[in-house]
Amino acid sequence: MADKVTTMRDAVAAYVHDGDTVAIEGFTACICFAAGHEIIRQRRRDLTLCRLTPDLIYDQMIAAGCARRLVFSYLGNPGVGSLHAIWRAVEKGTPGPLELEEYSHFGMVGRYLAGAYRLPFFPLRSYTGSDLPTVNPRIRFVESPYGEGPLAVVPPLSPDVAILHAQRADRHGDTHMWGLLGMQKEVAFAARHVIVVVEELVDESVIRADPNRTVIPGMVVDAVVHEPFGAVPSYVQGYYDRDNAFYLQWDQISRDEARTRAWLDEWVFGVRDRSEYVRKIEPQTWSRLEPGQAPSGSVNYG
Amino acid sequence: MAEYTPSEMMIVAAARALSGVRTVFVGVGLPNVACNLARLTVAPDLELIYESGVYSARPARLPLSIGDPALVTGALSVCSMADLFGLYLQGGRVEVAFLGGAQIDRFGNLNTTVIGDYAAPRVRLPGSGGACEIAINAQQVFVVMRLNRRSFVEQLDFVTSPGHLRGGDERATLRLPGRGPQVVVTDQCVLRFDPATKEMVLSSLHPGAELEQVRAEVGWVLRPAADLSTTDPPRGEELQLLRERLDPQGMYTG
Repeated sequence: MADKVTTMRDAVAAYVHDGDTVAIEGFTACICFAAGHEIIRQRRRDLTLCRLTPDLIYDQMIAAGCARRLVFSYLGNPGVGSLHAIWRAVEKGTPGPLELEEYSHFGMVGRYLAGAYRLPFFPLRSYTGSDLPTVNPRIRFVESPYGEGPLAVVPPLSPDVAILHAQRADRHGDTHMWGLLGMQKEVAFAARHVIVVVEELVDESVIRADPNRTVIPGMVVDAVVHEPFGAVPSYVQGYYDRDNAFYLQWDQISRDEARTRAWLDEWVFGVRDRSEYVRKIEPQTWSRLEPGQAPSGSVNYG
Repeated sequence: MAEYTPSEMMIVAAARALSGVRTVFVGVGLPNVACNLARLTVAPDLELIYESGVYSARPARLPLSIGDPALVTGALSVCSMADLFGLYLQGGRVEVAFLGGAQIDRFGNLNTTVIGDYAAPRVRLPGSGGACEIAINAQQVFVVMRLNRRSFVEQLDFVTSPGHLRGGDERATLRLPGRGPQVVVTDQCVLRFDPATKEMVLSSLHPGAELEQVRAEVGWVLRPAADLSTTDPPRGEELQLLRERLDPQGMYTG
């Protein structure tokens, strides 16, 4: 099988184009900030960004003017408050206008599943009595052909490219993941192209020794990027904890357009790549992010 | 009698409502503290489910978000969000779910989307997350919200998550699987729903709260239940667990 290992710069150059629909997924954990920052550096424009929870990564990308549309189901800085750059774009159109397409979590899950299963829609028990279908005409109701009345349906979502962070993969993109799995598997199968970004590049034998832990098989992966600490300030179970202090700090920075710009200039445009960003982070931050120890047992696959 | 804060009374009342419950869908913050208190008191078999995919969490510290790594460590199961929403929630396995919101109406419908007009909101809120389908599919919904007139409104600006809709048997008519909101716990009182009309009625006043003061904080004419009672104040054991074990820094109980 082909060796798919490449750099973040080359992976973004090859698979993320102006106007594309992009999903950098990961629920609280494994959010690939390294990829978001590289997309900003390469000055991609007019992207449709998809995520259940846009989080700081899309706030930063939208502050940098990368997107024209946002597809989401929970718009906030978790446990902190609003995403200010996104609201500036929506309300004031700075640095550019932004359209919103809003679902619930299960609606987004269903969209990715329909994309992955190659179905025209996904039925779910949601939205009845809610105002969401009145503000998003893509949420519809169909009569079940087997009785039982109407069911909500959502259309498939097949991003042009999905960028998915995980603990480890081999050079073909066979990817082990543990902790919160989010939507990584479903998005990988829904997307037209997949970039997997990992903390560790391992030999195929490591993957084969524990096949139940393979969340994304290499067959759906186009590129593998080895980018340690690529998910900071989010976290990777067993590798580093979430930088909660930064999530609080961003709330202050992002309230002000000039400060946001200055932060992007220093931490995104001001560094060549992720390794330079990592070297800029202060030592006391790293000691705060040190994970605890809770190794699992091993099983006999023989 | 021990001194306690209105927030402590609210958490204790919410925990007691979980008596005998085995599976609860938890949000972070106040409901999380209430669920953990319930597990140590009235509901020893209670298992906590989080929309991040965690079943039966045993966090060593108070989690800061529903995606906190501390929820993963030592859990019984961690699954994909497709499994969590499809198999656990829509599969009808969740007995009770806790929800809250910026606005609630007399039938327990909830707004977490916008204050003002959707297209030009005065305040934009985070939106549904999983709340819309949780409100529809959980067997029962418990609401925890502070009582005030801005939140308990005659008319929601936006219905994010359906409660009893326009009341009566409308949930059943529309074939919503869950029974909808059963109790609303506030910092001043406990409200339940009339079995026929499904309108919120005042069930018990927390010690020190006055009927007229509570009614003044509600945007419709709130009816007291025929058997209106006084909430039992927090017991020493409940307060001790809250202060020493569950929220020693007073993040939610202060």
